[in-house]
Amino acid sequence: MPMSGEFKEKILAPLMSISTGKDLKFVGKSILRKEGIDKVTGRARYVDDVKTPGALYGKTLRSSIACGRIKKISFAPNIPWDQFTIVDARDVPYNRVLQIESDQPVLCDGVVLHREEPILLIAHEDPGLVETAIRSITVEYEREPGIFNIGEGRILKQYDIEEGDWKKEFAAAEVVFEGEYKTGAQEHVYIETNGFIACWEDECLTVHGSMQCPYYVHKALKYAFKLQDDQINVVQMTTGGGFGGKEDFPSVLAIHAALLAKKSGRTVRLIYDRAEDMASSTKRHPSISKVRTACTKDGILRAIDFSFHIDGGAYITLSPVVLSRGIVHAFGPYKWPAAKLHAQCFFTNSPPYGAFRGFGAPQSLFAIEAHMTALANHLGMDPAELRRRNFIHRGDTMPTGQVVDEDPNMEALLDRALELSDYKTKRARWKRGGGKGISLSTFMHGTGFTGSGEVYLASRVGIATTKDGGAEVRVSSTEIGQGTETVFPQIAAEALGIDISKVSFRRPETKVVPNSGPTVASRTCSVVGKLVERAAGKLKQRLAGADIRQHYAQHGEAYEEVEYVPRPGLVWDDDKYKGSAYGAYSWCVNVAEVTVDPVTAMPRVDTLTATVDVGTIINPVLAHGQMEGGIAQGIGWATCENVVLKEGLMENHHLTNYVIPTSADAARIVVEFMPSPYSEGAFGSKGVGELPMDGPGPAIVSALNDAMEAKFTHLPLLPEEMLK
Amino acid sequence: MKQTISFTLNGNSVTVESHPMQPLLYALREDADAPGTKYGCGEGECGACTVILNDELVMSCLVPVVQAEGARVETIEGLANADELHAVQQAFLESGGAQCGICTPGMIMAGVHHLRHPERAPGGVPEALEGNLCRCTGYTRIFTAMKRAKEILSAGGTGS
Repeated sequence: MPMSGEFKEKILAPLMSISTGKDLKFVGKSILRKEGIDKVTGRARYVDDVKTPGALYGKTLRSSIACGRIKKISFAPNIPWDQFTIVDARDVPYNRVLQIESDQPVLCDGVVLHREEPILLIAHEDPGLVETAIRSITVEYEREPGIFNIGEGRILKQYDIEEGDWKKEFAAAEVVFEGEYKTGAQEHVYIETNGFIACWEDECLTVHGSMQCPYYVHKALKYAFKLQDDQINVVQMTTGGGFGGKEDFPSVLAIHAALLAKKSGRTVRLIYDRAEDMASSTKRHPSISKVRTACTKDGILRAIDFSFHIDGGAYITLSPVVLSRGIVHAFGPYKWPAAKLHAQCFFTNSPPYGAFRGFGAPQSLFAIEAHMTALANHLGMDPAELRRRNFIHRGDTMPTGQVVDEDPNMEALLDRALELSDYKTKRARWKRGGGKGISLSTFMHGTGFTGSGEVYLASRVGIATTKDGGAEVRVSSTEIGQGTETVFPQIAAEALGIDISKVSFRRPETKVVPNSGPTVASRTCSVVGKLVERAAGKLKQRLAGADIRQHYAQHGEAYEEVEYVPRPGLVWDDDKYKGSAYGAYSWCVNVAEVTVDPVTAMPRVDTLTATVDVGTIINPVLAHGQMEGGIAQGIGWATCENVVLKEGLMENHHLTNYVIPTSADAARIVVEFMPSPYSEGAFGSKGVGELPMDGPGPAIVSALNDAMEAKFTHLPLLPEEMLK
Repeated sequence: MKQTISFTLNGNSVTVESHPMQPLLYALREDADAPGTKYGCGEGECGACTVILNDELVMSCLVPVVQAEGARVETIEGLANADELHAVQQAFLESGGAQCGICTPGMIMAGVHHLRHPERAPGGVPEALEGNLCRCTGYTRIFTAMKRAKEILSAGGTGS
């Protein structure tokens, strides 16, 4: 391909100046994706595209039962096993995957706790033979009964909140209303499956892979192999989607690839096919919520009693934090004089659930938002009006103890969403049960890690001058489709006062970039971006107006690094589970318009309108892309994405039977930003990534209830259920 | 078992030594040094491996390489010329049609094919791209990109 760097300059240079009319030079402008040309020409290199002559192909033998003990493993005689590298639990220096805890074994050590649990690893240079060989290993088990329902097994984590005299409020209430709300598991369906390539050289390990969090992988490798920091290099390849699915799960895979590479002394490729990826990887935690509210006849909320239960699966992974993020969002954007919340995550014998965009919040927000609409119907009130009467404002205290110190402007977001969607006219025109429905959700999402998370992370960001008179941003925050590789250079260029074309983004590898924390929790643009802004400011100060090219020629690379500084007054008490959970919240209103086919009950989301405050928009095209993509995932979760679990196995672990929205299903998605800037976010930005996942579910289910004159309180809501 | 199979890839003759029933996808990625075409599911559901074979849109994970014998195969690598992107590539770049990029090569090939044969999808772009899953965009920006591609083409841009 005759495509040089010059080609790139030629294409990108004239387009870089697309403006959206803001005062700043680069922030607020739809600068083209820095790696965009590579992606549209097929030159971007994902892990499976890396050439590794002479490498071995790895494969994982997995459990076919959900609970029990391994009695015997037999290798059929038809395979030349002496040519294979075979790894089991005995080969792991420390057989534990370090995440929040380290309860999960790298490979089963006799005990099986879930379906598809890794038992042993094999590798050979002939990938076809590997496939035959893996089917020639037989495992005999001693089965034990498993636990598959929320609430039946051991408690993985529990939180309780009590605020105000909720008992008195319920006793004295004019109206008490309650409901139960359920959400199903959800598979990420990043279009690139998980994969790693590992090789060892002189006791040093290098892994290349698809991931969100290079330092999570680094930490897990260090722990399992008992290595020093500088013995490991984790290199992120172009990553084909994550959505949380490549937050915690890749650590397991990286260790597996490294084990095979160590034992064989060869480079090893461990790249999953779709079926293995879907059956064995983490999913969104299923949830059951019971919500009881006390209010006046006029719909003024007085108290809430929320019980929030989620399925954690067989190991801890990130579940305690998922539960926690769920809790903080459970109260919605409303003012509650009194509140009680009881939250539990349970172990089951399902594969461990993990991070998925929203991280517990879509589950609890589904419950509160479906409940608010049901309550409005119970009171004979418009669901928009009930919400309007109860929105939280600056100075109000959330049940977690946080005093709101920003203007949520929920009324303005609501008014605009109703106007954009012509809500009132349609609501009046469309009769209940008439096949068309319109409903809404109002919600928020915290920016960054919950509670004291950002303080513990102590993220660091580096920026260096380059020979050609520019600068390079060095972070471990990854580009996974959301635009990190573009927005960070925008922020740095703005703060440095140099042209955007001169600022590059160093592809994360742990030997080179400082630890700016994981690419999760809607933190990258806002929280890490602020560090990029500060680092660039520091570099600018040091350069003191000098020409960067000359400065580099005289002094070599100038490098500045900054660390996260906790915001004064932002205090969270982990033990009491009280305080300011987030520095800022993003706020949003969704209106969903649906049509249900009268014969097949097939639902269609015609339009999804979102009015959004995510603070300053750094790059409008990318921000729109995040909102639209997240909304589409929310639509899928609500209407068609049904993880069918049988004894912990996802039975439909293929794209033929796990259905996600196609272009023919695509809703018309209308997004309007109404920014209110956040002083501690990069140039005023707040979290973007997870917010759009929160609202579509409850808005759509409520709209379907109107269309069908029904009272469903769960998702996914499938046509066959609506037909009953 | 292996067989010599020759076809035209983006205008160049290539010859691969391959098992005849091996999916074309792997012949492209591993034997013909064209890894721009992606694996997504291996069962024809996601469209990440979409290529154009003798002017037909196919999922290369389902096509045995022997079927490509003597055929004209077009992939993402063949769209741009030395100093200009194809109109559909240009439009995806400008409009935000590509996010993580893994579905992009297949999506763009489907887009290119649709612009050549719009009559085959009476429902327009949403129908034409129905076989290509994207998990990042919600398709909104992809639709915008397809509109933009038509504009670029009618303004005399590159693309055939």
